[in-house]
Amino acid sequence: MTEFSIIGKPTAMVDAADKTTGAGKYTDDLSVPGMLVGKILHSPYPHARIKSIDTRRAEKLDGVIAVVVGKDAPKTYGILPVGHDEYPLALDKVRYVGDNVACVVATSEAIAEQALELIDVEYEVLPAYFDPEESMKASSDLIHDNKPNNLEKDYHHAFGDPDQGFAEADEVLEARFIANEVTHAAMEPHSTLASFEIDPHTGKPGRLTVWSSTQVPYYLQHKLSLVLEMPMQQIRVIKPLVGGGFGGKSEVIPIEIIAAVAARKAQAPVKITYTREEVFWAHRGRPRTIIDLKTGVKRDGRITAVKARVVQDGGAYCSYGVVTILYSGALLGALYDIPNIQYDGYRVLTNKPACGAMRGHGTVNVRFAFESQLDELAAKIGMDPAEIRQRNLLQPPCITVNGLRVQSYGLPECIEKTVDRSGWMQRKGKLPKGRGLGIACSHYVSGAANSIIRSDMPHSTVNIKIDRDGGVVVYTGASEIGQGSDTMTAQIAAEVLGCSLSRVRVIAADTDLTPIDIGSYSSRVTFMAGNATLRAATEVKKLIAAAAAKKMGCAVEELVFRADAVCKLAGESSPGHNPPGPDGRMRPSPHGSPSPTVSGHVEGQILRGSLQQKRKDEGPKDQMTFEEAVVAAIDFHGALTGTGSYAPPQEARGGKHKGGGVGPSPAYSYSAQVAEVSVDEETGEVTVHKVWAAHDCGRALNPVSVEGQIIGSVWMGMGQALTEEMVWKDGMLMNPGLLEYRSPSSIESPEVEPIIVESVDPEGPFGAKECSEGSLAATIPAIANAIYDAVGVRLHESPFTPERVLAALRAKKNAKTLNLTDGIDPTSPKRFREHGGSLWFKGKGPERHELDPARSEAPAGGAD
Amino acid sequence: MKKELIELRVNGRTNELAIEPSALLLDVLRQELQLTGSKRACDDSSCGACTVLVDGVAMMSCTLLAASCEGQEITTIEGVSEHGSLAAIQKAYGDWGGAQCGYCTPGFIMTVKSLLAENPDPSEADVRAALSSNLCRCTGYNQMYEAIRSAIAAEKSESRRASLDRTGECARPHTSSAND
Repeated sequence: MTEFSIIGKPTAMVDAADKTTGAGKYTDDLSVPGMLVGKILHSPYPHARIKSIDTRRAEKLDGVIAVVVGKDAPKTYGILPVGHDEYPLALDKVRYVGDNVACVVATSEAIAEQALELIDVEYEVLPAYFDPEESMKASSDLIHDNKPNNLEKDYHHAFGDPDQGFAEADEVLEARFIANEVTHAAMEPHSTLASFEIDPHTGKPGRLTVWSSTQVPYYLQHKLSLVLEMPMQQIRVIKPLVGGGFGGKSEVIPIEIIAAVAARKAQAPVKITYTREEVFWAHRGRPRTIIDLKTGVKRDGRITAVKARVVQDGGAYCSYGVVTILYSGALLGALYDIPNIQYDGYRVLTNKPACGAMRGHGTVNVRFAFESQLDELAAKIGMDPAEIRQRNLLQPPCITVNGLRVQSYGLPECIEKTVDRSGWMQRKGKLPKGRGLGIACSHYVSGAANSIIRSDMPHSTVNIKIDRDGGVVVYTGASEIGQGSDTMTAQIAAEVLGCSLSRVRVIAADTDLTPIDIGSYSSRVTFMAGNATLRAATEVKKLIAAAAAKKMGCAVEELVFRADAVCKLAGESSPGHNPPGPDGRMRPSPHGSPSPTVSGHVEGQILRGSLQQKRKDEGPKDQMTFEEAVVAAIDFHGALTGTGSYAPPQEARGGKHKGGGVGPSPAYSYSAQVAEVSVDEETGEVTVHKVWAAHDCGRALNPVSVEGQIIGSVWMGMGQALTEEMVWKDGMLMNPGLLEYRSPSSIESPEVEPIIVESVDPEGPFGAKECSEGSLAATIPAIANAIYDAVGVRLHESPFTPERVLAALRAKKNAKTLNLTDGIDPTSPKRFREHGGSLWFKGKGPERHELDPARSEAPAGGAD
Repeated sequence: MKKELIELRVNGRTNELAIEPSALLLDVLRQELQLTGSKRACDDSSCGACTVLVDGVAMMSCTLLAASCEGQEITTIEGVSEHGSLAAIQKAYGDWGGAQCGYCTPGFIMTVKSLLAENPDPSEADVRAALSSNLCRCTGYNQMYEAIRSAIAAEKSESRRASLDRTGECARPHTSSAND
């Protein structure tokens, strides 16, 4: 570790002060002169044809500037080139409760809301599909006319010889697992501000600037160009601070386009910010997934074959669906050595908000099923659950049966360390009744090896400029969304150039200023934008080194860049490093050395340049300050800029089979976790006490961030495992609020002990890989397995709510199932939960059953 | 609705504002005073991202009428920094990873300020209970506890130094937050 001066040290994020003082600006914090407010009218029906829209009454309201409808931008778009099935505003049909019908632009939010009530829409209600398995049988009233059986896409893969594999197995298990739908619920609601500027030559509206809460500014620029029919270079997308994404902002969300269309029609800047309820409708979360899984093992623990049939309830539009269903199959490989895999995946359309990419995209729900079943198989053959995982390790470097290249592989160490730290060997099976331990593993890509838009362009490009003041400016299209992307970029640049972090300024995610980066998704930023930064910085360093070597009269190879100085190898002074804090952990030291030494030449070099230096520096010397070296390089080369780009190598781009483009990655992260839980057998309540989470991130560039990402992933996995669930009734979301959705608070959140494992990937920047998503998938099965250890029930459906745990406990005892929803509402499905009092807009709810108490005007109970 | 003139004291300054009686404190802070540090994330007091101190008490400004705060001392995240520098809790949140996307951070810091004013040496259970009024989707809260511990330690050593300095001439003016 001592070989590095910046990376590997806990570092406060470069934008930390902006965030802790409230000074940082998120999209909704922005305003421009003359800005108007947009509000969207949503569909009250899950599936209906729009017969007519009459906006005249709304337009007459004082303060309303424009009302935008589908006809104002009748162009389709979608994040995937194969899935251009969305209009910014519905043209002829609405496909879910919450679908976008019209947008009012007004001088205030209150007026806009009032105007929404005045828009008259005539609908012809169509039969709707809510269950994917029912939806697949549909022959009429299809959700999209070009998708027979409401099937977005299906894939059927067989690798190796699955039948032979099952024939060789000593034990085979087959079961159905269901993971219910969850959503990102990032703290910042989506927000977009769009503004046109007038072209000085034509005098007409010209360039468009869009500030948006997005993970993918470049894709947004591209989709805006398609829908608005404007050239991309006339559109500037700026990403201000983003308040969390988790995948929810990794594609173009309707408001991002609607705001621009509205600004065009209203001829003024328009900002639209979703309410929390609208965020839930915008969704793009993790689909409800039905997994029929069959696994065979030999008595020695070796897995012989896996067969998975996966049905995903994708909602009304394609979104990332085709990719999600492919990830679910592809990532059966690359964790363990599985010789035979059969995969049948079905992405199904239903009349609910579209599902898309969410942290651990595609792999999480299948991993829950697989790791649960592996646990059962271990019990069947009488093997320790940790050991069965160790029996199935890959032998990298290798290419898996489904064409995934694996190089660095820290899984063995992850298992070893979690087992060790959790006291697995001493405690497993010896805890008091109702308390248990469970183990599970997972992995994830460090960026997709193939971009969504098929082309040979680099996935990341980074430019660096250094001027005579010795300041390093890094221009990157990578999107900081809270994960530390800007800090990672600054760290890598500073490490390569041997300068302090305070010298480095990162300009990011502004399509006018920064070179293309395809965005923050699939955990690609550290690996790809990091590599591009490394290359750009190395290029600049070469220029500086050439000039410095000339000045110092030595060879380039003899120079060392360190601690804001360039020195000859022999004369290198060892830069001080931070001693560990009192608790033995490294104290965070945000900006390198506490007070970066400023060269005495600063004024002279700017004012009089090298002449003065030449006078002062008689003859060659052993050391130059960073500024001196920079000035020398600018004098020598004329300008000091560098550029670097990254495209995944051809060998890492996967197999040739249909759909083989999804799943391959230049490197995979690995995770192993042990969860300790207790289960209250009276109430069915599960408490997670602690999770030990080891994660192989290649190399931890910023340990405090890596730990934060591991803890955050585990925590989000725990939310999905225990409480989070989108509950639907007739296509209507029953819990569109943060409390009703049950995002865990500090009270419900366990201690997570992050354990960093560094396998040093041969292609990662300084060996680094993904650390923000891979841990999530292991948490759900680790908790499921711990519940089994605690009370002996195997849960096949997440989240493991008290209701489900209790039902499983009672089933085990052959007791009658308690129907907790009895008598509440005759039409309610089994999973009904009372609507939590969120802001359903007035009087526009869907048709309710005649016995539904919500239908009666007076309060059901009367007085008192 | 007809606007009314009110006087709102925010971060030690008095502002004369014409607002609708129904205006929410959060909207007045963000739109009239451009104090955008307090965030809107849920509309219904679920998440605490809009937390401010009203006479030292943590309140959710998204469901509080601005007019009802007349005559009270409001502190927002913008009023937390001391003498243009980060307060101990702000520094600690940055150093220990208590803030990732940062959207919930102002609300959390206001909640922690109110907790520490009431209980300068809280146990882990006290901290968990206090923080449960706010939601975060990034951190899983663990690193916030470390940040809060570290901030308390920093405050302690700071106040020790301050009491030593008090005999000297150039003691920093000490702003007592435990007013009233």
